[in-house]
This record gives sequence, structure tokens and C-alpha cells, in this order.
Amino acid sequence: MGAQKKGATARVSEDQEELARNPLQAILLADSFATTFRPITLERPKVLLPLANIPMIDYTLAWLESAGVEEVFVFCCAHSKQVIDYLESSQWSSQPNFSVTTIESHNSISAGDALRLIYERNVIHGDFVLISGDTVSNMSLTQVLLEHKERRKKDANAIMTMVIKQSKPSPITQQSRLGTDELFMAINPVTKQLLCYEDKSEYSKGFISLDKTLIADNPSIILHNDKQDCYIDVCSQEVLSLFTDNFDYQHLRRHFVKGLLVDDIMGYKIFTHEIHSSYAARIDNFRSYDTISKDIIQRWTYPFVPDILCGSSAIKVERQGTYRASDVTLSRSAHIGSFTVIGQGTKIGNDTKISHSVVGEGCTIGSNVTIEGSYIWNNVTIEDGCQLRHAVVCDGVIMKSGAVLQPGVILSFKVVVGQQFVVPAYSKVSLLQQPTQQDSDEELEYADSTSGTGELQSDKLNGDIAPDLSETAYELGTGGVGYIWSVFEGAQDEEWRHSVAPIPTDKLVKLMLDKDEDEEQLTQVGNVLSASGELKAGSDDNGSEDDDNDDSRDDYGFFEKEVEATFLRAVHENVKVDHAVLEVNALRLSYNMASVDCAGAIFYSMMKLAVESPHNSASELHRNAADIITKWQKLLKSFLHDIDEEIEVILKFEEMCLESAKEFAALFPQILHLLYDKEILQEDAILRWADEKEGADESDKVFLKSSEKFIQWLKEAEEEEDGED
Amino acid sequence: MPGTQTLVNDFISKLKKRKIEGSQATAKQTAELLRSVISQTRVPYTNQAAALIQSVKAVGERLIAANPVELAVGNVVRRILHIIREEDLSLTTAAMAGLNLSAVSDDEDDADRDNQPVLSAAAIAAASRSTLRPPSLQTLLEDVPDSAAVPHTSSSGGDSEGKSKSADKSSRSRKLKHDVIEAVNELIQDISTCHEQIAEQAVEHIHQNEVILTLGSSRTVLEFLCAAKEKKRSFRVFVSEGAPRYQGHLLAKELVTRGLQTTLITDSAVFAMISRVNMVIVGAHAVMANGGVIAPVGLNMVALAAQKHAVPFVVLAGSHKLCPLYPHHPEVLLNELRSPSELLDFGEFSDCLDFGSGIGAPLLHVVNPRFDYVPPKLVSLFITDAGGHNPSYMYRLIGDYYSADDLVLQRRATSGN
Repeated sequence: MGAQKKGATARVSEDQEELARNPLQAILLADSFATTFRPITLERPKVLLPLANIPMIDYTLAWLESAGVEEVFVFCCAHSKQVIDYLESSQWSSQPNFSVTTIESHNSISAGDALRLIYERNVIHGDFVLISGDTVSNMSLTQVLLEHKERRKKDANAIMTMVIKQSKPSPITQQSRLGTDELFMAINPVTKQLLCYEDKSEYSKGFISLDKTLIADNPSIILHNDKQDCYIDVCSQEVLSLFTDNFDYQHLRRHFVKGLLVDDIMGYKIFTHEIHSSYAARIDNFRSYDTISKDIIQRWTYPFVPDILCGSSAIKVERQGTYRASDVTLSRSAHIGSFTVIGQGTKIGNDTKISHSVVGEGCTIGSNVTIEGSYIWNNVTIEDGCQLRHAVVCDGVIMKSGAVLQPGVILSFKVVVGQQFVVPAYSKVSLLQQPTQQDSDEELEYADSTSGTGELQSDKLNGDIAPDLSETAYELGTGGVGYIWSVFEGAQDEEWRHSVAPIPTDKLVKLMLDKDEDEEQLTQVGNVLSASGELKAGSDDNGSEDDDNDDSRDDYGFFEKEVEATFLRAVHENVKVDHAVLEVNALRLSYNMASVDCAGAIFYSMMKLAVESPHNSASELHRNAADIITKWQKLLKSFLHDIDEEIEVILKFEEMCLESAKEFAALFPQILHLLYDKEILQEDAILRWADEKEGADESDKVFLKSSEKFIQWLKEAEEEEDGED
Repeated sequence: MPGTQTLVNDFISKLKKRKIEGSQATAKQTAELLRSVISQTRVPYTNQAAALIQSVKAVGERLIAANPVELAVGNVVRRILHIIREEDLSLTTAAMAGLNLSAVSDDEDDADRDNQPVLSAAAIAAASRSTLRPPSLQTLLEDVPDSAAVPHTSSSGGDSEGKSKSADKSSRSRKLKHDVIEAVNELIQDISTCHEQIAEQAVEHIHQNEVILTLGSSRTVLEFLCAAKEKKRSFRVFVSEGAPRYQGHLLAKELVTRGLQTTLITDSAVFAMISRVNMVIVGAHAVMANGGVIAPVGLNMVALAAQKHAVPFVVLAGSHKLCPLYPHHPEVLLNELRSPSELLDFGEFSDCLDFGSGIGAPLLHVVNPRFDYVPPKLVSLFITDAGGHNPSYMYRLIGDYYSADDLVLQRRATSGN
């Protein structure tokens, strides 16, 4: 181990010298090893999908070039030929000081495999930038490279720097604006070391756990949930060898990052670099495709925006952020709304309305068409009267007149939608049939070695699939061609999360309600020792208590439960009375309650405990109550500062006897007496209560009557006292 | 030729990525690039000028297309085209004159014949030059820089010709190229010294105890103010910070290190302060043919404030910023929208930009234009390296620098694509 370390440090110093000579290298993974963009990715690799009419990989390469990267290794797997052909014919093959080398593989099924292959090729000679071909950014690499190198000098184990960016997740859907799950990162604020990386895959979980040693080892930790992982990593060479050593590492984050964070034997460290003014994001699903397209149109990615990337004066930005190519044929009555991109050679007919959309090159759009928030690629024909809302329409699609795409529809290449046909929301339509062999849901992204071959097959199939279709594919109305893919089991209700369409309001409302319930459950989980059924009853009680004010009622309900939980814990764990008082006080402050409420709640919990403890007869119950009251009188008394609070206790008791704990009804006078004996209640309070109740309905007077004797006695005693004075 | 090709590509990619900032740097590099293009162009025996124009235009179109917002590129390309045309014309006239002369004086020997026409050619070239362009007010009134410059170029060209002693045709072709390169060198010289030339005039405009207001940062303005300071003028400068890039902060810093009394104000305070200001001096991105100015965003507001309080609004611009196009010309891209992140932090506003909820369209639009257009009627005076001019005089100045044939350069670029 020692020797190894020595070797490592020696290599570092070597590296420092080498870095001066070595050009900056980057590994670009031109395959996401995921299936989120199916069925489109069955026919075309994801990195070549157009983003505001420019293939994604162009954004990534343009950024790499301008950031000073000199050598890029593009790793292609699925549809590798298409990627290679594209790169060869593109401007990137002839750039000075910027070489793009492709590495082809047919059997890699994960990022881990890709990196292992690249390690075998032995082409990386120093620090490198690791990104995937679907990343859009305009950040400067100088700062992060500098930081990375500085750290490496001091600590050879600092092998990776991750780029992160602030982005607040939605509190309702628990997902970021890019449609990815809420991400939790624990970061040391001083050293910026990443300590914990948790993408919340289970919504029900609701909590994350941090290793205790983290808190012991670091003087301060900040736990972020508002950071977005940009999937731009500056790595040292060791990263590649680590992948080779750990052949089970597949996913960059799920396996590699988490693996390093857990593994404390090697002591490798990952650091973070937060960017503020620049932009970086990765297209992971259709939601992020939509979001990032809009960001590009809004020019957050400047200078990587359509009018500049296309070069020349081919595309011009007009008012309200409309990008229009120079030779668009636009009807006079067509209305092009804000933030829309219209590609070259596109024709748009009368009274057509287009807003917040991207229309590709060579499209023909008829009259009276409504296009809203949709992405229409190249050479699409849309006939008169069609309606498209939040849909993705790939190359060569034909929509016959009157067809409607509901939100979230994906039409893959060359699909034909029949006349007047309505494609239901969130459906994915392709000329290719859905692959029949289903992968296990859990390891969908990696376990499917079939996906790689499946995609290859589809390439071949592409040519001769058409005749086959004419017989079977009538799913899209008369004259329609294509299969509507069925949604995987279980993924059905998640479809809206990652779709291009905005989340429907009913889903949002449902989520909000669910969330409230979750919170309720959370508090229940907090009350480990109480029976949840009883709690429900308790909250119902509050419901009938004061119907006029919903909010305060809910609040009071929660508060009462909290107090009860605290009290029970105090009872079971023999917490000192002083501490219990403190805790209840803290609760009172956090729920903004008066001490009257505390007194009521504590008394309620005490009585409930008495009822719940085993008893056979009324006398036993009385004894139980007496025991508890004796033991915890101090707690109760510390909230009984004046007479109003004491009256509240009596009222509360009365209410309990009527509703939740009817066993007490018979014991009412005895308990009242007991409370008086223990000096919890003063006679004034009892008398005032009696006075107040005097005027009430007959039904309310039940308990007053039952304790008439006691009150009578009290009154007499008072008079006697007066007499003595 | 591959050498220039890579140079051109390199420069184009730099322009595309907006890696070159500032008109002066762009103009200078464009001129240098075109100089090497010219020197590498093989000229045929006949019609050399056309060949040169062809190759310069070819490269120029691409350069302009690479960054249509940076008008200085187009300006320099047109200037060089103009130079080629002029040199060609002067040579042709010279040759004609030479023929005439040799026809008249038969008995002179070769050496004389070589020398004499050159001298007379220079004179004729100067004459032809003034006939080539419409009589410029400047040449009429002052009669200085042009006629001084012309004999210089021509005589240097004459020297080389005298030395070369080669066949007449090839010497002529070489002479044209040589002359053009000489003239381009002069242009580069002009561009790189434009700050000094403008700054020389500072004392004429800035007086003792005045208050000068400027917005943002411009190197020309900085040099101008410092030149006045060096001449022992004492005055104060108000610097408006120039949101959203806040380059005014840098200017203020620079001014203070040079010992100028400086006050930094926000852009929104300009109107409040303008009544105490004696003169507004600003830089420009480009000066259009009608005297309108394309200037950093916020300057129109300053110009309006200055007009309201009758404060002179002075624009400093090197001659490479003179654009022969009109702002209403469809090829002129007046503005560029930069990234909104200069205005606000994306992370802080990320929840406003969540397209997953609501109507799926952004409710928050952030617009960050780079330039303002200041109409000519708001400008009191232009100070270029050739002196001070009225806005209404700009078109004459442009007539001096550009030839009318080259104005439509860019339309060819679009139709070519």
C-alpha cells in the first residue's frame, strides 16, 4: 500500500510536468446507455437528435472546442456508423487544433464498459474531461481545471471534480426542472469535497441517511437538495484504471461515484465545482429536452445559440426571441409566437399559429394548424387543421388533415397519422414494433444487452420494414402507419414526469395532496410508540371541536399529536419532568400555540394514557389516572399559569368524556376531585367553570350535575373560609 | 495558400465564438489577415485588380458572415477593396500617362524613361485619385492628408519598380500588389494609432474644471481623457457603470490609477446627474452612414438626457468604425442578444424557469441586448482620427473611405449561401 502510494505521488509530479506539454483531452460518450429516448433512438443515436435544429453533439463539441480542449475521443456504440459518418462530414473533422477521434464499440452496454475500453486503448495521458454527447454548456473550464490540478498537487487522491449548478427542485414533484429526481449532495463547504450523493429514486423513502463518520470527520457539512449535477467531470487518469479494476462499475454516478464515496480503503476523493453565471445541463429525458431547448432559445447558452452556431446570416433573431431562417415561406396570416425557431425552407400556411415551438427544415405546414410547445424536426408534413400540443415529431412524419396530437406524444421517424385521428396523450408511436423481450424494470438501463443488438437489428430492418407495416399497422386511423407502443407496467403513472408536456394540473393537485398525507405519515412514523389508529381518532376529535377555522384546527391537531408523542416518550423513557417541559415548550413555539393549548394537550395525553393502560373496572381506571396525574402533575402545572388554563383543562376533560374516552364519564367527579386535591386545579377555576356551565344547554350540563355534590362542597368550604377570615 | 486558409479558418472560428472583443482588435486582425491573403494571391497577367478583389471578397464574405454584428470586419474588407480599386486606377492612369509620355519623347534613354513616368505617374495618380471620388470637403478645405499620403505610396512603389527592372507586365502586376500591401499596411497603422490620433484632439474639447460623463468602458474614451489630463487639464469624470457588464467599474479603476478625479454612478442616476455635466464623451460600436451610432446599451438614454439638458454629446470613433451602410439596411444586424446570465443568476431563478408546471412556457423572459441605436439628431459631434465632424457630414467621410461598388458585399454573401 505504502509503495503504491509512493508510486502515485511520483506519478503526480510527473503529471505536473507532463500537463504542461499535454494537450487537454476529453472523452465524449456518444451513447447514453439508456432507453429514455426510445422509440426515437431505435433509429437514430441520441447525440444526433436535433436540439433547436442543431444536433446535440454539435453543442457539446462546440463548447469543448471553445473551452480549450484539443483532443476529443468520441465513444460511439449504438448506431456508431451514423455518428462516425456525421462527424466525418461535419466541420469538426477539419478544425485546426481540435482533433476528433472516434472509438467504436459494438458490445459496450454501459459507461463503465466504454471507459474500460478507452483505458485499453491507452490514449489518455493526463487529466481529461468526461462528458456525454448530450451536454449543453458554455462554462469556462479554466477555473475548474486549475482547481483540480491544485488539489491534485496537494492530495493525490483527489481524482475527480464534478461540476454542479444551483437549480431548485420543485417542492411538489420532487424533481428538478430537467425532469431528474431530486438530488441530495453533502458537500464540505470549505474543501468542496463531495461526501454523499443520493439521487432520490424512491419517493416513498422521504429521508436520507448520512454516515455518522462523515459528521465526525468534517467540521461542517452542507446538505444540498438544490444542486444539479451537470455531468461534466474533470478526471485524472486514475479514474479509467479504477473502472478497469472494478469491472462491476457500470453507471458513472450510481456505481462509480457512490462506490468511491463508500469505499474508504483507497481513500479516493471527489470534489465539486459550482458554476454560477454559466450554463450546463444534460439531456436525460424528454422533459430536459424541452427545458434545455427553451433555455437555448432564451439564450442562456450564449454563444451556443442557433443564430451563432449556424454561422452566417442564415438564421436571424427577431422580436420576442423568434429565430427565423432566411428562406421561410410564411403566409401573411400565419402567426408565429414568441420563442419559436423556424428552420430553412419551411412553408407555413394561412392562419396557422405556432408558439414556443421548434420547426425544422423543409417542413410543410398547412392552414389553420395550431402548434404549441412542440418540437417538429425536418421534412415533416402537417396538413390543414392539425393540432399539436407539446409533442415531439421526428423527421419525415406525415400528419393527415385534422389529426390531433395530445400533450406528450412522441411520433418517431416517418410515422403517418390518419385523418382526424387523435393520438392519445403520452403515447409513443413508431414504425418499429416495440421490442417484445422486456427487461427487468430495475436494471433497465444496463442489464439489457439486448438493447444494443436490438438497435443494430433495427438498423437493418429499417429498409424492408415498410411492406410489412401496410398489413398490420392500422393503429393510427385510416391511412395511418405506425405502432403505438404500450407503456411498461408500472411506468405508466410516471410517464408525465419525463414527458415534454408540462405536468397536468390534476397531477399536481394529486401530488400535493399525497404530499400532505406523506407528511402526516411522517409525523406518525415519528410517534413510534403510539398506535396510529388512536391518532386518527384524535384528529377526528379536533375536527368536531372547532369547525369554523380549518387551518388552526389542523395545526392544533398536529400539535396535539406531537405533544402526545412527546409525553408518551417521556413516560416510557423516564424523561425528567424539566426536560419534558422544555420539549413541550419548544413544540408550543414551533406551532405558535398558547400555553392554554399545551395544558389541554398534555392533559389529553395523560388521560388517554390512563385509558389505554390495562384496566378492568372503573376503580382501576381511576387508580391509573391518579397514578399518572400524581407522577406528571408537575409537567401539567408548569403550563397552568392562570385560571383560564385550568378551565381549559376542565373543558378538555369534559370533551374527552363525551367523545374519545367515555369510560371517564362515570369518573368525572372523582377525577375532578383528584385534580383539586393535587392542587392542579384551584377551586376558583372549578367554580368559574360551574358558573359558565350554569347557563348552557341541558345536554351540556351532564357533568356539571354529576359533580354537583363536589361543587356544593367546594362552595361551602369557601364560605367557611370566608367566615373564618 | 494552405497557410492563409488555416489562418482564415482560425480567424473565422474565433469570430464565430465571439472570442475577439472590441472593434479595434477585430479591425486590425481583419486587415492583417487580408494583407496575407493579398500577398498570397497569385495574380494573372491581365486584370490583376479583379483577381485581388475577387479573393479579398471571397474571404471577406466569410468573415462578415462569421460575425455579422461586428461591423468593423465589413468596414475593413470594404476599405481594402477600395484601396485595391484606387491603386489599380492610379496605376492604369500612370501607365497611360507613361505611354503618352514615351510616345512624345522618343529620344530619351531607358533609365530616364523608367524614372520620369513614375514621377509624373505619381502626380497623375494623385490627380486621378481626386477625380475618382467625389470632391471631399476635407481635401477641398485642408488639402493635407490625402495628397500627402498619395505621393508617398506611389513613390515607394516607384522605387521598387526601379529596382526590379523586370519585364513591364510582371513588374506592373507586382507593383499593384506591392502598392496595395503598402496601402494596407498604412491602414493597419491607422487602425492601431487611432486612439492616439483621437486623443491628440482632447485638449481642444475638454476645458479646465469641466465635468465629463461617460458610460461603460471604451479604450478610446480612456485615452482621450488621459491625454487631456496629461496636458495639465484638471477636470472631473462621472462614470456610469454600464449594466449589465459593469465595465464602467473597470474604467473608473483605470482612471483613478491615472490620477483623474472620478465619480462612479449607476446608469439610472444619469438623468439626475446630467445637469452638472458639461460634456458627455462616449465610445461607439459603429457609426452608420447617416450619422447614427450603434453603441453599448444604455447610451440612447444618456443621449436623451444630454439633449434635455443641452449637454454636448460627443462620440469618439476610429475610422474603422465608420460603416458605409445605413441602419435601416436589411443586412445590418443592429443588435445581438447576449446571455441572460449576465443579468441574473440562473440558479436563483431556476424555479421561475421550470417548464414542467403551468402552461409549459416560460413566464419569465430575460432580454439582454448588447447595443443601443442613438439617432444622429442626438449626437453633437463625432471625433474620428481625421478630426471632429458633424453627424450630417458622416456620409461624406464615408465617401472618402469606401467605394460605392463594395457596399452590397453582404448581399452577395447571403445569396451565395
